[in-house]
Amino acid sequence: MTTARTPVASATAGPPDGRIDADSAPFWAALRQERVELQRCTACARLRFPPMGRCPWCAGASYVREEVDARGTIYSWIVVHRAFGSEFAADVPYVVATVDLDAGPRIALRLERPEGVDFGSRVRPDFHHHDDWTELRMVLDE
Amino acid sequence: MSEVAVVGVGYTRFSRESARPVLDLAAEAAVAACDDAGLPVHEVDGIASHMIGHDSENAQAVATALALPGLRCVLDLNQAGQAPCNLLAHAAASISAGLANHVLIFRALNGRSGPKVGSARFPGRGGQFRYPIGYDSYLMYIAMWARRYLHETGQDERDLAAVAIAHREYAVRNERAIRRTPLDLDGYFSSSYVAEPFRVADCTPEVDGACALLVTSMERARDLCHPPVRIAAAAYRTGPRPGLDIGDHVLTDDYTRNFTDLIRDDLFGRAGVTPADVDVACLYDCFTGPVLMSLEGLGLCDRGGAGELVRSGRLPINPHGGLLGEGYLHGMNTLAEAVLQIQGRGGDRQAAKHEVAVVTSGGLMDGSAAVLTN
Repeated sequence: MTTARTPVASATAGPPDGRIDADSAPFWAALRQERVELQRCTACARLRFPPMGRCPWCAGASYVREEVDARGTIYSWIVVHRAFGSEFAADVPYVVATVDLDAGPRIALRLERPEGVDFGSRVRPDFHHHDDWTELRMVLDE
Repeated sequence: MSEVAVVGVGYTRFSRESARPVLDLAAEAAVAACDDAGLPVHEVDGIASHMIGHDSENAQAVATALALPGLRCVLDLNQAGQAPCNLLAHAAASISAGLANHVLIFRALNGRSGPKVGSARFPGRGGQFRYPIGYDSYLMYIAMWARRYLHETGQDERDLAAVAIAHREYAVRNERAIRRTPLDLDGYFSSSYVAEPFRVADCTPEVDGACALLVTSMERARDLCHPPVRIAAAAYRTGPRPGLDIGDHVLTDDYTRNFTDLIRDDLFGRAGVTPADVDVACLYDCFTGPVLMSLEGLGLCDRGGAGELVRSGRLPINPHGGLLGEGYLHGMNTLAEAVLQIQGRGGDRQAAKHEVAVVTSGGLMDGSAAVLTN
């Protein structure tokens, strides 16, 4: 845990998107280890996502990173039938959901085995390993 | 503030392949707007526009193409559909403050044959959490909101269908529209899903084209060709935590209310009218969902009553057929339609009563809106 925004050695742990920076690299690095690590503002104590240098509620600039229990509930979802990026053409139809984590923040992610998804469905992490990075997906919590 | 008016609108042809550079389209629409108003082009001393990424040309380039003697006001917004009424607000404020006399606002793009906004990857930090997972199109974000909105308001896909069908009925009467084949409920439900709950029929067709409006002082407006359209109010609004880029919405709590909910009181208050006074609503319709949400947000119907209002036909909504019918000029054409309606130049689609129009630009957490009157 640190409050300093130090460059992270494993900066290549995230997707090859070109946007990963010192704020987001620890999030991606933690996923690679099957952990969900979020920033908690030390001024107002809120957990936040996406990772960023200041708290979007109180503008506090100091934070700690902590691992959270990433279970949550479905807020909304879509079923993608037509891929926009060619890299997803083989995946359709697939479900993207917005999940409200029990810990607070909302995250958009893919649902694995989404049959029966509904508003308020309980979900839990299902880490999906790509060659060079790990994606946070979720499955319905039976 | 002194009164400011829209005095002219200009369009290029809307097509699937213009085969022309965007600057050429922008200049044509700009000249058309000046000609429409009867103002010599060389009197224009302000230009404001918007683009996504690099899909258009700067105001500076248009001033050059129009051989203007100079500019006193310039604005290039990096915004999408949130921009048109926002540009109108800035044009009006600039004129009112004496910064410029005559301001052109425009949107120009080869949206179909050039870079497509549907698959555009917006700059900003939020994209790293969306694009790599296949959450990579603006329509997906609007669909995410729409599903929750329909659920909470007791509406369903039939209410989305009502929007698509009503817009198509108008588009059939609009020669500029590119989607004019009649659509009924069966046709809607046989349209294939793109990102459920949205089907092809819920989505706006991308087009090549340009649209421009000319804005000037009310004093000068009275000498020009058409009845001046008074800008009674124009405003931009978002709430807290609008996100890290135009597609980042995970910091927004409520997907069932968009920016129109926040802008309503300011907008109508400044305009000195109420939602009940609205004769024509020109609402941003990149997809069907935001039309329903914005009808509610503006107070034009009760919570959950938007689909029913559309079906009733009580209020003319997007008489041009919306972006759904005319094509995706990111709402500049929707603002232009409101001007034509107030002026009584709507042709076969003219609203019977047309003293007060409300216009929106944008569909989710941020956007702009205007009230235009005669």
